[in-house]
Amino acid sequence: MNTKISFRDVVKTYPMKDGVFTALDHVSLDIADREFVTVVGPSGCGKSTLMSMAAGLVEPGAGEVLVDGRPVTGPGPERGVIFQQYALFPWLTVRKNVEFGLKLMDLPAEERRRRAEHAIELVGLSDFADALPKTLSGGMKQRCAIARAYAVNPQVLLMDEPFGALDALTRVQLQDQLLDTWSKEQRTVMFITHDVDEAVYLARRVVVMAARPGRIQQVIDVDLPYPRTEEMRLSPEFGRLRNEVWHAVYHQPPAVPAA
Amino acid sequence: MTQLTAVGKPSEARAARRGAGRPRRALTLNLIAVVAGLVVWTLLATVGVQGLPTPLAVAARAGELIADGTLPLDALASLRRVLLGFLLGTLLAVPIGFLMGWYATARGLLEPYVQFFRTIPPLAIIPLAIVLMGIGEVPKVFVIFLAAFLSSVVSTFQGVVDVDKTLINAARVLGASDRTIFAKVVVPASTPFILVGMRVGLGAAWGTLVAAELIAAQEGLGFRMQQAQLYYDLSTIFVGLIAIGVLGLLMDRLLLFAERRLTDWQERR
Ligand SMILES: Nc1ncnc2c1ncn2[C@@H]1O[C@H](COP(=O)(O)OP(=O)(O)OP(=O)(O)O)[C@@H](O)[C@H]1O
Ligand SMILES: [Mg+2]
Repeated sequence: MNTKISFRDVVKTYPMKDGVFTALDHVSLDIADREFVTVVGPSGCGKSTLMSMAAGLVEPGAGEVLVDGRPVTGPGPERGVIFQQYALFPWLTVRKNVEFGLKLMDLPAEERRRRAEHAIELVGLSDFADALPKTLSGGMKQRCAIARAYAVNPQVLLMDEPFGALDALTRVQLQDQLLDTWSKEQRTVMFITHDVDEAVYLARRVVVMAARPGRIQQVIDVDLPYPRTEEMRLSPEFGRLRNEVWHAVYHQPPAVPAA
Repeated sequence: MTQLTAVGKPSEARAARRGAGRPRRALTLNLIAVVAGLVVWTLLATVGVQGLPTPLAVAARAGELIADGTLPLDALASLRRVLLGFLLGTLLAVPIGFLMGWYATARGLLEPYVQFFRTIPPLAIIPLAIVLMGIGEVPKVFVIFLAAFLSSVVSTFQGVVDVDKTLINAARVLGASDRTIFAKVVVPASTPFILVGMRVGLGAAWGTLVAAELIAAQEGLGFRMQQAQLYYDLSTIFVGLIAIGVLGLLMDRLLLFAERRLTDWQERR
């Protein structure tokens, strides 16, 4: 399979009062075309930073980030992003938020409305299509942000803890929907999560990161077939994988001192 | 006139807005306070304070001034100056504020001037304005314009600078160009700041009025009060003061109303 997203020896440092803070320390990772990769790791290990580089919002300090073999020079609608902070436009209704990206695509008005409607329905917000973000709960805002990214139908989905604020039931529904559209539309997905269960359930590979300095600790293959089903969550193999990821995240060896 | 010594931030504007929907109890209290104030004033005027007119005398004087057309004409002259200065000021302040917030080059070039002139009270410009522009309408409107411009430009600029970066990023990843981001994200996101800036600007413009009308005016509320002062005509001075207060309040409420309509989407915490 072709490589879709490629991080090569990526370094990101931020200047601090006393020296520099290394947010990402020589991170290399290849994500194949149409692959579903989840990223887990302790808070502050650089997950969002890594993803922002693929989105074209943060430049690597050293190394390079390639999408389709070309260096990323900025954001583009073929790479959809769902932000950890939702980032809804507060002056637009749910529908207008979802249509924001579609309006930039030169679609006929009818097609635009249809696609927005579909995305809103997919996340279960149809009854709130004309509501302003300030009237939505955290989970509803998150679903609106998801719909906005889904609507433009990007080849690559970069999702930063997109289901973090959702209740368990909605979360499972959206996980299954995501897998469903992913297998139909053949997208590449990079999905950040804190939830080990979610990481294993969704991914073909789980990337476990470590903090201080931010780096890749381990990449764990998930050899469960798609489509994933609810029964699989209860299988011994799933349990074993979950333990492995859990262990890799929460029993990390101390940081290797720089040579 | 607290309504005119404006508010610095949208959060304060929000607090003011909450006050607008106040319950009947608060309104009753307001009314009681006004009546009590009038009573105290009447007492002071009848019991002792030299030359102080009673509210009734002031009302009578107001009636005369309205009847002979002086007050409406003065008010109109003052309003025309203030509105002209204010409109020109904000009309220039909004694009300049946007330029400064959006382009680092523009900021670097303009900021020294804006920051410097902000520290000079607009009234201090009057002597210079008279020398350069004579004693016609121009220097008066110019001083008011300057007051409105300087307070609006800073809050517009601040509004643009403070636009949430994640909103800009959200637009960028959806494929928005710089122009689209400016029109569809920066402008709406900074609207609350601009409107607060306009209210501050209007307050500043109105506050500069009387002094500006000291520049050899032939009509206007400030001019009329200046004249009355020469003749110890306290009633007319009171009429002028009250007219300035009422008109200022009305204009402020009008802007507040517009602000509420335009920024209803804001989260209120
Ligand atoms: N602009 C910045 N300036 C300084 N430090 C930064 C900046 N952006 C990120 N960092 C630091 O880089 C590290 C990685 O941040 P990042 O947001 O990628 O973490 P994360 O893994 O997504 O954490 P979380 O799970 O809490 O979202 C953090 O320690 C953060 O403090
Ligand atoms: Mg993060």
